[in-house]
Amino acid sequence: MKKVLLPLAVIPLLVLLAYGFWTDPTAVPSPLIEKSAPPFALTLFDGDSFRLAELRGKVVVVNFWASWCFPACYEEAPVLEGAWREYKDRDVVVVGVNVQDTEKAAREFMDRFKFTFPNGPDPGGKISIDYGVYGVPETFVLDKEGRIAYKHVGAARGDVLMGQIEGLLHRVPPAVEKKGDHERGA
Amino acid sequence: MTAQLGNIALWIAFAVALYGAAAAVIGHRRHRSTLLESAYSAVLVHCAVVTVALLCLEYALITSDFSIQYVAFNSSLKYPIWYKIAGLWGALEGSLLLWAWMQAVLAAQVVIMYRRKHRDFIPYVSAVLMGISAFFVSVLLVPANPFAQHFPVPADGRGLNPLLEDTSMLVHPLLLYSGYVGFTVPYAFAMAALITGRLKEEWLFITRRWAVTAWMFLTCGIIYGGWWSYHVLGWGGYWAWDPVENASFMPWLAGTAYIHSVMTQEKRGMLKVWNLTLITLTFALVIFGTFLTRSGILNSVHAFTRGAVGYFFLAFLAVILLSTVSLLSLRADQLKTQGSVDSFLSRESAFLFNNLLLVTFCFTVFLGTIFPLLAEAVRGVKVSVGAPYFNYVAGPIGLGLLFLMGVGSVIPWRGGSWASLRRNLLGPGLAGVAAGCAAFLLGFRGPWVLTTYALAVFVMGVAVQEYYRGIRARRRTAGEGPVQALAQLFIRNRRRYGGFIVHVGFALVAIGIVSSSAFKVEQEGMLKKGEMLQAGKYQVRFDRLTSGEGPTHVKVHGIFTIFNESHEAGEMRPGLRFYPRSNDPIAEVDYWLGLQEDLYVILSSFDRQGAWAVVKVLVNPMVSWIWIGGAIMALGTLIAMLPTRLLSATGAGEKP
Repeated sequence: MKKVLLPLAVIPLLVLLAYGFWTDPTAVPSPLIEKSAPPFALTLFDGDSFRLAELRGKVVVVNFWASWCFPACYEEAPVLEGAWREYKDRDVVVVGVNVQDTEKAAREFMDRFKFTFPNGPDPGGKISIDYGVYGVPETFVLDKEGRIAYKHVGAARGDVLMGQIEGLLHRVPPAVEKKGDHERGA
Repeated sequence: MTAQLGNIALWIAFAVALYGAAAAVIGHRRHRSTLLESAYSAVLVHCAVVTVALLCLEYALITSDFSIQYVAFNSSLKYPIWYKIAGLWGALEGSLLLWAWMQAVLAAQVVIMYRRKHRDFIPYVSAVLMGISAFFVSVLLVPANPFAQHFPVPADGRGLNPLLEDTSMLVHPLLLYSGYVGFTVPYAFAMAALITGRLKEEWLFITRRWAVTAWMFLTCGIIYGGWWSYHVLGWGGYWAWDPVENASFMPWLAGTAYIHSVMTQEKRGMLKVWNLTLITLTFALVIFGTFLTRSGILNSVHAFTRGAVGYFFLAFLAVILLSTVSLLSLRADQLKTQGSVDSFLSRESAFLFNNLLLVTFCFTVFLGTIFPLLAEAVRGVKVSVGAPYFNYVAGPIGLGLLFLMGVGSVIPWRGGSWASLRRNLLGPGLAGVAAGCAAFLLGFRGPWVLTTYALAVFVMGVAVQEYYRGIRARRRTAGEGPVQALAQLFIRNRRRYGGFIVHVGFALVAIGIVSSSAFKVEQEGMLKKGEMLQAGKYQVRFDRLTSGEGPTHVKVHGIFTIFNESHEAGEMRPGLRFYPRSNDPIAEVDYWLGLQEDLYVILSSFDRQGAWAVVKVLVNPMVSWIWIGGAIMALGTLIAMLPTRLLSATGAGEKP
């Protein structure tokens, strides 16, 4: 009897390890969800200034990007510009925070994707630290009361972003963070 | 063309391995010597075809054949030849192919060396080895095919993960894999012993040198990995208890326990089941570690992909554990211990405690590593187990090991008297206490630090004493000169005297780890041009930024002037590298290494106009001792396992 039972002792371990396939170790919910968004001000690349505090009552999409972040930032750039053009007349603001970049490269990036939404650098990475940005790109969607409703890691996806914006415009309760493909094909 | 040839070679290798395993067992059971011979030939053929597959991938890498996806993703036209070659183990598919190849070479070597000598074991040994090989080749054929094609063919490849663009890349993985693969030989012999029921010490004697060699490679691999992490990753440390590090450390702990406890079985016929368990554990932990790091079930600083590879490794782990544990319980009756521990004060009881500590350590690391998974399964919460947990348990266990290292190596087998123990331990013990006091007077504080220093010196004292006594005895009895006597010590008992050197190396590593953790100075600050940051006795002044271009990246360097106690000591240039395809810049640290301390400077970020820079300065005391200690451990192992013939040829001629 013992001879049969002993080998069975390893099975719980194997089951536990197999359970690992159903979990996603990277999907850690951001502690910032449902908290009010850290305020920040930007000096935009076009010289204007931008203050988050002035945007109460609007849905705000804050995107952290860099020109050297390839391919994810290049993939999401048209999505962000598209969302801006689609929603700018409906109380939605898209703002880009340019992280650890050179001004020249950042401007080239913006020209390449014909950015028309406000973008500005984050000298010293202060804003990124306030938002707990782990790596670029990351995108936060803020509700009309200035709370962080959603955080997306990796290239922003059109359908997800539109869903979040629509949801907040129509006051549907927000969803939790989802892990995107931060590093594609790595 | 290359891809097709590689794939065909892999399929043949798979079929031949299966044939070899089956033919070896059937040939042996039915006493069909031609079948058995064909099985041995199959092992050699398997080795040859896996070599062909390996050469195919290397050819594709060297000629930059980007029609093969692996080459397109992990190599680049810009690379010098050695990075192209090293691309083989730059990512999952290639490194598994390398592993399969090493496994195949090893199997061939074992068959060539032992097929005439150990006729009862070798059929099963080759069957087990071919089984392992078949598994690795199957992974290469299905979930991780290195020869998968890529369309359209890109003009240039993406290149390696930027962190791998370092010369350590040429060394560290090879060492680690040699260690992993090496342990399969003792494991295969242990299985053969269990299957045939020849459970005397024979299999241990045959595989002793294999186990020690594998252990040496694993030790070097781990320490070299620490060095890599230290000088490339740019976070100022060498060990972070990350799952991938633990994956190599757990088999090391089990393997260390094994190479010590086998001596108890050799000398006293004890611990038979234990030794079989330990070698299985070591091998299972190698596979478990690979499973962990390749399945993506745990979060790690190392980027892992999720994929079917994980299922394969889990299934293989299940096969290993179920089959070995079944075999062990079937043979339980024959594994009764002959001897018993006669005295608490004996070498065997010291080895028992050593094993207890090592296995406890191993289990603790295991628990910490899989705890996030367990917590999520049981309570549905996300937790992470950080370095404090591991450090908390590693400290006391490490000290216990140091203590046993000193005491255990001077207590005789079967037990010694208190008087002899006192005679053997008095000198080293006093040296240890003196070292602890001296350190205290020199201004070192902290119970952990002082205890470590005392025990480390105690271990070294034991080694020096034993060398001294050995040499003195030989000079008296054989009338040899000191150098000749030393050579004779190595020749006559190279395991013991090599072992002492390993212990001294370990003591140095322990001193390095404890000092660097306890006395580390870390300062970070944003400096405008001309501003200074103080870290310990150093001052760091930010002068300016420069930028340049590497072959695969753009880099920005900060130029800093260093003052050592207000005297200008030189210039350091830490930088940040920006890779076009990477999401984060990679730090290029600048460091000055020293026996006493390392100065380590990291550029965290900078102003694009060059007005300021954020810099992190670390003063890491005695980190170099870890690398030196590691080298000494390797040297000691080499001495312990070199064939006697070689030693007698280099040393003084053997006296009659």
